[in-house]
Amino acid sequence: MNPLAAIGRNFITFLASTGRIVLFALSIICHCLQPPLYLRLILRQFIEIGYHSLPMVGMTTLCSGMVVALQSYTGFARFFAEETVATVVVISMLRELSPVLTGLMVAGRVGASMAAEIGAMQVTEQIDALTTLSTNPYKYLIVPRIIASIISLPFLVLIGDIIGVYGGFMIGIYKLNFNAASYIFFIVHHLEKIDVIAGMAKAIVFGFLITLMGCYQGFNSRRGARGVGLATTNAVVVASIMILLTNYIITEIFFIN
Amino acid sequence: MSKIIKLRIRNLKKSFGSKMVLNGINLDICEGKSLVVIGASGSGKSVLLKCIIGLIRPDSGVIEIDGKNVISLPRYEREAYMHKFGVLFQGGALFDSLSVWENVAFGLIATRNINRSTARGIALKKLAQVGLSEDVANLSTADLSGGMQKRVSLARSIANDPKFIFFDEPTTGLDPIMADIINKLIVKCTRDLGITGFLITHDMSSARKIADRIAMLYHGKIIWEGAVNKIDNSGNNYVNQFINGKAELPI
Repeated sequence: MNPLAAIGRNFITFLASTGRIVLFALSIICHCLQPPLYLRLILRQFIEIGYHSLPMVGMTTLCSGMVVALQSYTGFARFFAEETVATVVVISMLRELSPVLTGLMVAGRVGASMAAEIGAMQVTEQIDALTTLSTNPYKYLIVPRIIASIISLPFLVLIGDIIGVYGGFMIGIYKLNFNAASYIFFIVHHLEKIDVIAGMAKAIVFGFLITLMGCYQGFNSRRGARGVGLATTNAVVVASIMILLTNYIITEIFFIN
Repeated sequence: MSKIIKLRIRNLKKSFGSKMVLNGINLDICEGKSLVVIGASGSGKSVLLKCIIGLIRPDSGVIEIDGKNVISLPRYEREAYMHKFGVLFQGGALFDSLSVWENVAFGLIATRNINRSTARGIALKKLAQVGLSEDVANLSTADLSGGMQKRVSLARSIANDPKFIFFDEPTTGLDPIMADIINKLIVKCTRDLGITGFLITHDMSSARKIADRIAMLYHGKIIWEGAVNKIDNSGNNYVNQFINGKAELPI
């Protein structure tokens, strides 16, 4: 076995699947812009993707807000502690932690279930059946999920921002004995519009990526339980990597310059 | 006897990689008649069916339905063409997120834009046609037995009053009695209503009951075709082996 050939083969496979995903994404965008849109299905996906993710997102951001407050105090904020802790919590939650953690958690919850559901439909010929019943499977299965996720993710992130900052506030008041009024003053003082907007812009992109990967892997799932299992794993892993990668790129676009 | 050709296939070819699955298929089906394609597992039956209903794009050849070559049609026209078809999938392919009646009415709601209560009424009628009562209409499809799922699937494939129905191994996985019930239902839904049928199967009892003509697919080619009563005297070794279910050569 020639190691160079193996590397080359893997590289070509990687390029080919990248190309397929891009084409898939383009055709989804085209389908999103053309009627008909299934409103019932979009609403159902809102509940599934947005509403049902709330507890998980709230829990994650609350804990990380608390932890950031604690660590920034013990680490480097003995002097001017109130102002520093408030600033660090607000900036790190709004810009990075809330969008990334929300994205990763939703990828694990929603992306996986999309890949499994669509994969199982593919395996049991339900997607073929949709086509024969004059229903475009892209429009019926993917478009509602894409629309619901790119709209609900920013709201989830916004809620995550609020809960995360509140988590930091609780630690500041009850554990580090800060003055509540001045802590709130510093939060408001350091709260910038661009931070909120950047977080929500990230959320829109992450929402698209999560659904894209969930649906792509489900549609291309191989037969059998193993095929569907593999599709689910791939959906979560690839979506997570893409989230971390695009997160860096968007941060650079918004904050460096 | 009507002589109008409903489906004409000429020199249809399809290969996956280097594996030739369909190697020049020629078939005709007259209007109101049923053609059954028999063949061993892996002989390309399912691929042939999927080529005709547009799920797989063949490499070359002609598929004419009502005199129109459907291979070259653009996607949206092709989708519109699907209205005229009913398809019964091997595993039923019922949507497990929907109830029984929603499954049956799916095509009606999707294409004709009729409201849900009218669609439900039509669905109940179609369910009655395949011998299912109103009680099952609200059940989830996952709660049904295999035979019931096949019946619901059959009801769904006739819901749009198609002129042409395709069946993919309708009796696979059923007990002989249920298989016979399904066969009779298929005859009722096709021959008795003058609807054209195309069925692929490896179940000879099903083929004999439903078919007007039988074609045998072997290694991507039609090696024998004829009326159903001629099959026992086909003079073809492969056909004889298949219909008698022998393990010895030539297949």
